[in-house]
Amino acid sequence: MFFQQLINGLTLGATYSLVAIGYTLIFGVLGLLHFAHGEVLMAGAFMGLYIILWSGLPLYIAFPLAVVATALLGILIDILAIRPLRKDYHLAPLLSTIGVTIVIQNLAVKLFGGYGTRFPDVIETIYYKVGSFTISSINIISLSVSISMMIFLYYFISRSKTGKAMRAVAESHVMAGYLGVNVDRIVLITFGIASGLAGAAGMMIGLTFHTITPFIGLTFALKGLVVMLLGGLGNVVGAMIGGLILGLAEVLAIMVLPTEINLQDIFAFGIMIIILIFKPTGLFGSKITTN
Amino acid sequence: MEYIISVLTIAGIHSIMALSFYVPFMTGQISLGQAGFMSIGAYTSAICSVKFGLPYFPAVIMGGISAAVFGFLLGLPALRIKGVYLLLLTLGFGEIVRVTAINIDYIGGAGGFVGIPYQENSLYYVFGVIVILVIFFRRLKKSRIGRAFEAVGCDENSAEVIGINITAVKLTAFTSGAFLAGIGGGIFAHFGEYIEPLMFDVMHGVEFIVFAVFGGIQLFWGPIFGAFVLTIVPESLRFIQEWRMELFGTLLVVMMIVRPQGVIGTDTVGFFKMIFKSALGRKKEVGEE
Repeated sequence: MFFQQLINGLTLGATYSLVAIGYTLIFGVLGLLHFAHGEVLMAGAFMGLYIILWSGLPLYIAFPLAVVATALLGILIDILAIRPLRKDYHLAPLLSTIGVTIVIQNLAVKLFGGYGTRFPDVIETIYYKVGSFTISSINIISLSVSISMMIFLYYFISRSKTGKAMRAVAESHVMAGYLGVNVDRIVLITFGIASGLAGAAGMMIGLTFHTITPFIGLTFALKGLVVMLLGGLGNVVGAMIGGLILGLAEVLAIMVLPTEINLQDIFAFGIMIIILIFKPTGLFGSKITTN
Repeated sequence: MEYIISVLTIAGIHSIMALSFYVPFMTGQISLGQAGFMSIGAYTSAICSVKFGLPYFPAVIMGGISAAVFGFLLGLPALRIKGVYLLLLTLGFGEIVRVTAINIDYIGGAGGFVGIPYQENSLYYVFGVIVILVIFFRRLKKSRIGRAFEAVGCDENSAEVIGINITAVKLTAFTSGAFLAGIGGGIFAHFGEYIEPLMFDVMHGVEFIVFAVFGGIQLFWGPIFGAFVLTIVPESLRFIQEWRMELFGTLLVVMMIVRPQGVIGTDTVGFFKMIFKSALGRKKEVGEE
């Protein structure tokens, strides 16, 4: 039972990690809380759903397609709502992404209805019995895909030229610009990567929970924010580990705490407020200080 | 007629809420949790009138006071943090309030709180509050604490250097914002007769910010103007009503690109002077702002 929950927690946590990495990348590069990130995730899940429904492609083709489609959505948001803003008004990007959130969420409710849409069973759920506990194939697939995505991203950011440019832009836009980095392009790429990861997370939510609603965006966005804070703002590795921690903690909390009240959500936000008050830099150190 | 009254009342409640966002904003604190304070105010006043049989007026005031108490408590940690951290703190607070309200059976849980006595004179109370607030904000501009608010909002460090107690100023602003939101919530509860936790989720809190930002957050007229325009215009046009939220979102993005300071900025004051000249009489002071 315990190991069973451990695997569930890790699967959930890996999804949180993917969301939080997106937040933390955008925060690192733009210093912006990308409010619409959760809605991008939700849009990604629905795009994946319709790609599968309409084309009938197998998951291993549909999944990358959905990720690319979500990445394009993120790039579109950057071009339409972030780039045209003037730099002198620090609230503008936040409010602009709030505007995007409102538009995407309400459009989704109109298009897909406020109730859940069933996610197609593209892969057969096989339960593997290992000793006394069972693991479903969906758990294995989403866990391995998210972890390999995270490892790839880590090497991309630390080794590749674009990754180095991203870190340079995160350090200082002006200085990176002087050194010949195309800042606008890097911001665009960052939005693409972050949104692609959100799309992947959305697909995994669809596969794991079998139902998606236009409101999953907000739920996972809030969890992603908690994880970003847990790992330290702008800290990609922190977000990866933080997600796994929160996933495990939530699942274990359900086991330990009384079940008659829905404490799961309070639990996550309780962690968030405690971190904010006592250790705002997160568990693994943050790019910026509170001052 | 009844319909017009109800639209005006809702617009008034919205402008109280937009102002409740504006007050902490004056000192540079951005709160996404105003819907949470509104929820606390609404539930407290509903409990006061239904469970304890208090009359309307004290019940609403009690709602404001309880929201202010929570505002004070949240304002304490909020002093230490800024920017994104404060956004996250207030966001988390709003969600905790909502989830807690769902889980308390005493106040109806997810099913909502029913049977709150209807206040037919809500409109007068709302406009009474707005008139008081307008007078208050006009006087605040010239008062010591008002100047302190402005100084802290412009540059916290400089304000501290010239001897302003920024702890007191920021805490006052945050608590007053919460108080206003609680009053708004109390009036809302007695106007709608029914409240449920979903009415006070994050997206509603964001709606108040849209009102304030659309109207303009340099002057207190902005939030009032924004709330009235964005409530009445969609109500009067059926087509817009259906696409109201999409319109709000697009409007917010476009506003941020074209005119980030909102419709009413300090440069529109001249225009204002013209409109409110007869109503307020003292045009010089408006011009000086």
